[in-house]
Amino acid sequence: MATQDEIADTIAGFAMFADLTTPQLQGVAHRFEEAFFPAGERVLRQGLKGSGFYVILDGEAAVVVNGEERAQLHRGDFFGEVSILLGEPPIADVVAQGALRCLVMGGPQVEAFLVEHPRVMFRMLQSQARRLRNATQWRS
Amino acid sequence: MAELTDRPYPPGDYPVVIVGSGPGGLQLSYALSRLGVGHAVLSADETAGGMFRRWPFFQRLLSWTKPFAPAERRTRAYERYDWNSLLADEPELSGLQPEFMDGSSYFPSRPEMERNLEAFAERAGVAVRYGCRWTATRADGEGFVLETTDGEYRSRIAVFAVGVAEPYMPPTPGLELCAHYADTRPAQTYAGRRIFIIGKQNSGFELASGFLPWAQRIVLASPSPTRLSVDTKSLVGVRARYLQPYEDHVLGGGVSVLDASIERIEQLPDRSFVVHVRRTDGGPDLTVEADDVIAATGFTSPLLDLPALGVATFGQSRLPAQTAFWESATVPGIYFAGTITQGSAGLKKHGLPSNSGAVHGHRYNSRVLARHIAASRFGVTPERPVIAPGALVDALVDMLVSGAELWHQRAYMARVVTADPAAGLLDDGVVPLAHVLDAGGPDAIVVTLEADGRGSIYPVVYTRIAGDITEHALDGHPLHDFSTPAHRRRLGEIAATVVGSAVASGS
Repeated sequence: MATQDEIADTIAGFAMFADLTTPQLQGVAHRFEEAFFPAGERVLRQGLKGSGFYVILDGEAAVVVNGEERAQLHRGDFFGEVSILLGEPPIADVVAQGALRCLVMGGPQVEAFLVEHPRVMFRMLQSQARRLRNATQWRS
Repeated sequence: MAELTDRPYPPGDYPVVIVGSGPGGLQLSYALSRLGVGHAVLSADETAGGMFRRWPFFQRLLSWTKPFAPAERRTRAYERYDWNSLLADEPELSGLQPEFMDGSSYFPSRPEMERNLEAFAERAGVAVRYGCRWTATRADGEGFVLETTDGEYRSRIAVFAVGVAEPYMPPTPGLELCAHYADTRPAQTYAGRRIFIIGKQNSGFELASGFLPWAQRIVLASPSPTRLSVDTKSLVGVRARYLQPYEDHVLGGGVSVLDASIERIEQLPDRSFVVHVRRTDGGPDLTVEADDVIAATGFTSPLLDLPALGVATFGQSRLPAQTAFWESATVPGIYFAGTITQGSAGLKKHGLPSNSGAVHGHRYNSRVLARHIAASRFGVTPERPVIAPGALVDALVDMLVSGAELWHQRAYMARVVTADPAAGLLDDGVVPLAHVLDAGGPDAIVVTLEADGRGSIYPVVYTRIAGDITEHALDGHPLHDFSTPAHRRRLGEIAATVVGSAVASGS
């Protein structure tokens, strides 16, 4: 359990929200909801429409494509944005490994949220660029 | 079922113990009784009704019941238009709410809702041990011991239907000097006063609506922007019934709605307040003077010592984390019913939550939970009616048109038809969608109604073939008529992928 003040304190340490002021962090904490997933529960389901955008507060998750684990996600990582930005169902399952606590925002709210918080959008883009670079290095 | 005496269910051993006599506890007790599962119901209250014995503060509900609806009262299809009656197999116990409404509104008053729930308990013979307060819990072998003011109850299964109605105040400096929503005084005592309401959800706007004829000035503040149900096209956000203060704000009538966090609250010697706020919309900080500050900052679940027993909770409302069947995600054997079941979030497709926080949602959760407990814990085999392949499309259309649980629990409850190689097509009834998608199982056709937050409500069919789930969204319809030839044709095509061409033509 966390109060919204505690959530604001937690996400202040995450790279994606690093440029926000305290009142802005509190506004962000109010915009998201908290969600809890027990071990083994699917957070994103490959191929099913309408999923959300998640930021991990505590715990770990596995990215699983066609039953094969491809990556691990940790505290401060985010997921679900690719499917929302492209308007397509997720191409992977994300599965809780142990108790997983996340912030979640519904897909339809994400665009307005990012436009209102350009520094968050910039940080997200930076993180995506890093993932793209790593994927490119892995392929070459 | 126990005798309807004044004090049924003395302390002792029971297969199941339910705590709470609000709509969640009553509905579950009714459904367990019909399945023949013995249980006790305990309540600290003196009568049935739960939170509706006290709230909403301004005495009228947010959930409607239409006395005159397109479907006949006391039928299953009528449930779509009646958000407040509990569910019964018997027509004479169904759709009770309109009987107690005086025609002045399609939102029942609080006393009308209370009478509806009391009448259900009395007529359906739902016995409750009133005046028996649950005080502590401990694990005991394969079950639990619930300590109460009347003594100890032992059971394998404990179900807590204790609501989400414990006032919550955030730790803002000075807020301890202020009132919570739960402590609001009669409206006329606010005549001519400057009121500051912390919180911009329904409870804050409900108070603001009630104060409009009395207050001199009203300020509502919270960190994130106001969301309106008519914008989100869901129950997320402030409901239309409480929109008047918002209109007053946008037309400059004297109500102010701020996006701001509350830094601290000072009380002056004359007992008035100064509220220091920091804007979250980039504007300059403000101080606001007020005669009354009211925290409409929400409620939590009164779970007592369950967290110490290992029940994980989350969020500001401290909801217990639950499985798709409303069992504690961390302590097997502890279940939840009523409004707490919103802690089992389901898929929240397109950001839309279930309606489990309201009676018209959680009444179905209780019925499905009773069936689940009966089958998984007491070996009560559920009925699985056989559907002839040629009648499948008709059956699917009927599930979509008159299946109130699909209407009220969109993308949360699903109707499942299993293709059993030996027995044929079996109607497996209503099951949480998250369970259907994640648990695996034989080939099946699963129907739901869903919404995308843009205003459309449409059927979705999931097929499970050799373990693989495929989602098929059907078109919506401007009159919500899902029995058109085009819908039937599409349902036939999808069904044929599971059960072959026998159903492809429909009927």
